[in-house]
Amino acid sequence: MGAIERLAISKNGFVFDPATGNSYTVNSTGLFILNLLREGKSEDEIVDALVENFEVSQEEARRDLLDFLEQLRVNGLLEASNV
Amino acid sequence: MKRPYEKPVINKLKVNFMNKFGTGTFSLSKKVRKEIEGVPVEKLVEEFGSPLFVFSEKRLRQKFREVKNAFTLRYPNVEFSWSYKTNYLDAICAILHSEGETAEVVSEFEYEKARRLGVPGNKIIYNGPYKPISSLKTAVEEGARINIDHFEEISDLEEVAKELGVKVKVGIRLNMDTGIKPQWSRFGFNLESGQALDAVKRIAAGGVLELCGLHCHIGTFILDPSAYEKEVKKLVDFAYKVEDEFGFKIEYLDIGGGFPSKNRLRGVYLPPDVAVPSIDEFAEKICGALLSSLRPGDYPKLILESGRAIVDEAGFLITTVHASKRMPDGRRAYILDAGVNVLFTAFWYHFNIEIDREVVGPSEPCILYGPLCMNIDVVDDDVNLPPLPRGTKLIISPVGAYNVTQWMQFIRYRPGVVLIGENGSVELIREAEDLSDIVRREKLPERLKVKWEE
Ligand SMILES: Cc1ncc(COP(=O)(O)O)c(C=O)c1O
Repeated sequence: MGAIERLAISKNGFVFDPATGNSYTVNSTGLFILNLLREGKSEDEIVDALVENFEVSQEEARRDLLDFLEQLRVNGLLEASNV
Repeated sequence: MKRPYEKPVINKLKVNFMNKFGTGTFSLSKKVRKEIEGVPVEKLVEEFGSPLFVFSEKRLRQKFREVKNAFTLRYPNVEFSWSYKTNYLDAICAILHSEGETAEVVSEFEYEKARRLGVPGNKIIYNGPYKPISSLKTAVEEGARINIDHFEEISDLEEVAKELGVKVKVGIRLNMDTGIKPQWSRFGFNLESGQALDAVKRIAAGGVLELCGLHCHIGTFILDPSAYEKEVKKLVDFAYKVEDEFGFKIEYLDIGGGFPSKNRLRGVYLPPDVAVPSIDEFAEKICGALLSSLRPGDYPKLILESGRAIVDEAGFLITTVHASKRMPDGRRAYILDAGVNVLFTAFWYHFNIEIDREVVGPSEPCILYGPLCMNIDVVDDDVNLPPLPRGTKLIISPVGAYNVTQWMQFIRYRPGVVLIGENGSVELIREAEDLSDIVRREKLPERLKVKWEE
C-alpha cells in the first residue's frame, strides 16, 4: 500500500500517517487534491477537477499541483512513481 | 458555483498528533518526575547507580487488587495465577503470592524457582509446550496442575501416571478463533478443527488421566474485551460437551492472560487512557459470558494468568543521558546508559518518558539511543524533549512486565533492581551484575591461557 492510501485524512484537513506517526495539516485545496490522488486520478484529471471546482486557471492549477506533489514527496507521502 | 482558490499546501505538525487529546504534549509540569513514590530519583541513582530498575510495591499491590476485585465482584470462584515469565524476580513474585496468587510457570526452571520461593506444588500451574518428562514427574508428585500442550505430552503423562501408580488429573490447552490476530494456534489443541475433541478421546481411551480443566491463552495486549467473551463461550460449550459425552468433570476454566497495561503500543497513536479498555470492561465481558452460558448452580473455577496488566505499571527504569548528537537529517539524538539490552519491550512500546528536572528550551522530536554498539539499540525514535544537558536522568515507564525477564546480558552488565516498599523503604532486590556473574560458567582450557611475549 502506498503512503497516500494509508493516510488518515479528516474532513477538516488533519492528516495522519500511521506508519510514521507524523501528522500534517492541509488547506482545502490540498485536501481536495489528496482525495483525488487517493482515488488514483492522474495529474491531468486533477488539474481539470481543480479548474472545474475552483476559481483558478488551468496554468496556475498545473503549476501548483506540481508544487504540491513535491511537498508530498519531501514529506515521504508520495513515491516518485505514484503519479 | 466555483470555490475561491488557495494554493495547496501541506504542513508537517512539529508537535505530535496527541496534542489534540491533551497528552503527549511536552508539558513541563506533566513530564518532570523528581521522585518515584516519594523517593528522589537523584538519591536512588546516588545510592544504586544508573541505569536502575525501580519497582513500587504500592502500585503493584493496588493494581493486583483492582484486577482481582473486577473479577471477584462478578464471579464467585476465581483464582489468579502469577505468570512467572512476565516477571520472576523473587520479591515481585513474593508480593503477588502474599496477595493470594498461585504460580503459573512454563518451564522446569520457573517451576523450580517457584518451589524455591516456597510455593507448594499444588499452588503451581504448569503450562507450556516443552515439559521434560522428569519435570512432569515432579509436578505430578507434588500435585501441580498441568495443562497439556500436545499429544506426546498425553503419552508422557500416562507414562508418569503408570510409573507412580496414580490417576493424574490434567487440563488441556486449547487454541481457537476469537477474532484476535495472530491466533496463537501453535499452543495446545485446536478447537475448531476437532483436534481438541481428539485429545479428549485420546485421554479417555488411555484411562489413566482424568480431564478436569481447560486452558487457553488467546494472545497478549488484547485491546478487544469481546475476544474474551468468545473465548469463554467456546470454553464453556466445549466443557459441557466433554462432561456430557465423556463423563469428566471440568473443574476449572483457565482463560490465560493477555490484558493490556497502560502502555502505548508502537503503531497505536491514541494515548493508552483512550486506547486501553479498563479491566472492568474485560471482567464484565468474561464474567457475563460465564454467567450466561454456565448451567444453573455450576461455577467452575475461573483462573486468570494475567501478567502484564498487573506488573507493568509498577516498574520504572531510570537512565542517564550520556551524550547528544545532531543527526544528518537535523534531528536531535541522545545516547543513554540503558538500551534494548535491558528494555526488551522497547520493541513494542513508545514508553512514557519523564525527565528528572525542569529544562528550559523548546521541545523537539528526538531519538533515544541505548549504549550498545548495535544499530537496533533504539529506545524511542520519536519523542518530544527539550534540550537535555548531559547527566539528565530520564524516567521510563511502564517497564515492569517482561523486561527483567527478557533482558539480555549483551555488551553491558545488567543493572540493579530496587523495590520501594509501601512505607517508602528502598531495598535492593537484585544487585547489578559484575564480571563474576558472566565468567562464572566459563572454562578456559589451560592450553589457551593468554600470555603476551615481551
Ligand atoms: C500461558 C500464558 N499465560 C499467561 C501469560 C501472561 O500474559 P500477559 O502478560 O499478556 O497477561 C502468557 C504470556 O505469554 C502465557 O503464555
